[in-house]
Amino acid sequence: MADPIHQFEITKLATIANIGGHEIAITNSAIFMAITVVGIAALLVGGSSARALVPGRIQSVAEVTYEFIANTIQSTAGTAGMKFFPLVFTLFMFILVANMIGIIPYTFTVTSHIIVTAMMALLVFFTVIIYGFYKNGLGFFRLFVPQGIPVYILPLIVFIEVLSFISRPISHSVRLFANMLAGHITLKVLAGFITMMGGFGIAGWLGAVLPLGLVVAITALEVLVAFLQAYVFAILTCIYLNDAIHPGH
Amino acid sequence: MDPVAAKYIGAGIACIGMGGAGAGVGIIFGNYLAAALRNPSAAQGQFGNLIFGFAVTEALGIFSLLIALLLLFAL
Repeated sequence: MADPIHQFEITKLATIANIGGHEIAITNSAIFMAITVVGIAALLVGGSSARALVPGRIQSVAEVTYEFIANTIQSTAGTAGMKFFPLVFTLFMFILVANMIGIIPYTFTVTSHIIVTAMMALLVFFTVIIYGFYKNGLGFFRLFVPQGIPVYILPLIVFIEVLSFISRPISHSVRLFANMLAGHITLKVLAGFITMMGGFGIAGWLGAVLPLGLVVAITALEVLVAFLQAYVFAILTCIYLNDAIHPGH
Repeated sequence: MDPVAAKYIGAGIACIGMGGAGAGVGIIFGNYLAAALRNPSAAQGQFGNLIFGFAVTEALGIFSLLIALLLLFAL
């Protein structure tokens, strides 16, 4: 059976430069990130170029995604959160399109690498910290002190709040990465069952229908997961930004 | 015991914690569905809260998965 981890291997395609002993190379990961960005740009620029009063298909998709994220930010972070719309929309579209491209066989899933998701999560984490202190000054620390808590358990609550704040980028990044990794490994393992059954002749071919149906069902589930994880990443970004905008709520 | 074997056993034990997250996520979606069937008109407005609760619950399962992955690949 083929190695199910093989799909996540990063291969070097061309070396650009060596800077201080570190090799800067174009990898398949970089290529698929570029494809993702070009795909998003084609969708949004192409969708908004016609500016028809009655939108066509592509324009509808562009408008629906825009309004979906705008409504999400409005409902979680309020009107003050709308200044972060470009950040949230960029993260959502990048993750969504990268996940969707990753489902296509023989492609590379950019978001299945923790370094990619960790960079995005740390970007959000430091945006929250820097904007929180910029907007509220030291009042940002109210985030760790909930109101209406008896004084004698306050130290424990503050400790837990600080701990949960620090663990945010970990859970934020590992959630996306682990979901993509586990889903794709499951798909490849089940697909491996089909070829194993096929090796047993006619009876094996009939038996292979079962794992084949399972692979089709899991692929449909993965499409749902690809959207859901992009949405979860976006809504958590909104909620974290809401903490920076309105601490102490 | 062979250290490599201990590592794999530890990774397997760490994954038990994900069962709790699975039960928690099931409770969240089950209760959402039950409530949505009682009052379908209010269900759409609570979708964001559903996803937030799901994400926060799932984070705890992810921490145990993280320990398993660290044991398998990092340590």
